[in-house]
Amino acid sequence: MSAIADVTGLTIQQVRNGLVNREFSAVELAQSALEFAQAENPKTNAYLHFSPERALEAAERVDRKLAAGEDPGPLAGVPVAIKDVIVTKGVRTTCGSRLLERYVPPYDATAIIRLEEAGAVIIGKTNCDEFAMGSSNENSAFGPVRNPAALDRVPGGSSGGSAAAVAQGTAVVALGSDTGGSIRQPASFCGVVGVTPTYGRVSRYGLVAFASSLDHIGPFGRTVRDAAQVLQTIAGRDECDATSAFAPVPDYVSQLDGKVAGTKIGVPREYFEGLTSESGDLIHKGIDLLKSIGCEVRDISLPATKYAVPCYYIICTAEASSNLARYDGVRYTTRVEADALTDMYKLTRGAGFGAECKRRIMLGTYVLSHGYYDAYYLKAQRVRAHIADDFRKAFQEVAAIVAPVSPFPAFKLGEKLDDPLEMYLSDIYTITGDLAGIPCMSVPCGKTAAGLPVGMQILTNHFAETGMFRLADAFEKAGGFTGSN
Amino acid sequence: MKITEQEVRYVAGLANLKLSEDEIARLSKDLDEILTHIDTLNELDTSNVQPMAQVLYEAGETATLREDQERPCLGNEAALANAPLAGAGYYKVPKVIER
Repeated sequence: MSAIADVTGLTIQQVRNGLVNREFSAVELAQSALEFAQAENPKTNAYLHFSPERALEAAERVDRKLAAGEDPGPLAGVPVAIKDVIVTKGVRTTCGSRLLERYVPPYDATAIIRLEEAGAVIIGKTNCDEFAMGSSNENSAFGPVRNPAALDRVPGGSSGGSAAAVAQGTAVVALGSDTGGSIRQPASFCGVVGVTPTYGRVSRYGLVAFASSLDHIGPFGRTVRDAAQVLQTIAGRDECDATSAFAPVPDYVSQLDGKVAGTKIGVPREYFEGLTSESGDLIHKGIDLLKSIGCEVRDISLPATKYAVPCYYIICTAEASSNLARYDGVRYTTRVEADALTDMYKLTRGAGFGAECKRRIMLGTYVLSHGYYDAYYLKAQRVRAHIADDFRKAFQEVAAIVAPVSPFPAFKLGEKLDDPLEMYLSDIYTITGDLAGIPCMSVPCGKTAAGLPVGMQILTNHFAETGMFRLADAFEKAGGFTGSN
Repeated sequence: MKITEQEVRYVAGLANLKLSEDEIARLSKDLDEILTHIDTLNELDTSNVQPMAQVLYEAGETATLREDQERPCLGNEAALANAPLAGAGYYKVPKVIER
């Protein structure tokens, strides 16, 4: 076996070239990627477990197709990491929770099936905040993930393991999930591309539910092109998810043509008030770069922005309290025995959930409880309509909106653990896109003096991913941000 | 005070969560802070806005409907494989009704 010298910087296209030119086989690449990922993992704790058998089977299928002269698929041989909230048949799926420590799903998520049909090789499942609840990955029951760019810092969350794996080079691309910024914020912290597609663009079938009206599956990549390729592979109507969209899926990659001159871009003033960190400076430089490639930048207003955090934390906790009710000790592997049924529920859930999950279940149960529904949940749904309407109006004037992803770059492990409200407030720039259901992404825009990556956010109208990717690709190339790790 | 310890205990009961005394104290403080922050929503007049109950759905009302078709399903064994306790093809739980 000829081990591949360096798997860390590969793109999807380079994997394809290597396979077609017989520089390596898919099995050799899978073995090298697995060995490298396993050797690197003690540094970051990005993976919770690996799936060597499944990876080698997928790689063998690719090699057989290549040998037979068949098309092995657009993601042939590409090593992929999957956030451990997306179910994989026969491969443990823990959601970062003690409750599901031994859960082995009996079926695959639709996104997983589509990846493997396209030739992708799933090498392992990545660490995350418990049930995707958190902004730092410190809420995982299996220990935090460390940021590959600075090992004493968090990778962001909740998809911190997927972002770290791609940044570290142990996977070419990864899947994460985003409910309030859980793809974009870790992408920003780790210096990779992270994409939250339009709500319904990717089937949620097999994504363990956190907040159903806000949950998305989306890709991470080291380049915009790779992330776009993964999205067009997994997107599209799926009858197993009634909320998945019927809209046809464009070929995003073929439209990365650099033609962005004249694109009207809105800069929402509410997103820059009080943004004094180095992250803010880098976003301003990013906006200058967009001007230099011919974009027309204008000031816009999204007035309901300040209400996004309280609105989000009502809706997401209400939905979570309902979705997490299923972990009751009856169906999902973990039970604390008791003589009476309700005691068994209470003891199992009390012992199984971590502090952040309990906090959100409690808040969600409270806002839905008798007498409070109108004041909280219904009010939040009305505020959500306001926020969505702000974007609707803005997109009548501009094709894209550019904003920060996070108020600050990656912070130190433990730094913000004791103040849940402060942690919630730091989600301000990312939750608006989820509330409106529009596509949004983080693209690297440079590093702070201390070498910490910062991402810039691009948001577009519903189903306008093509324009979002075109702009991000042109930006990435103009700034030389490709392969920044 | 937006929420008392007594209310926290009541909500924990609704949520079927066994909490320790330390957790109840901590949650009372955290929820109080968060609910106080949530009150800022009252500044926004939403009387003329419909609640956004549906994120995005552009297809027709019946687009997701189809003819009933027989298909293979998960099967009893696979469905029960993750049960903490199963028997005779069922989930087993502590006794609910006394004989």
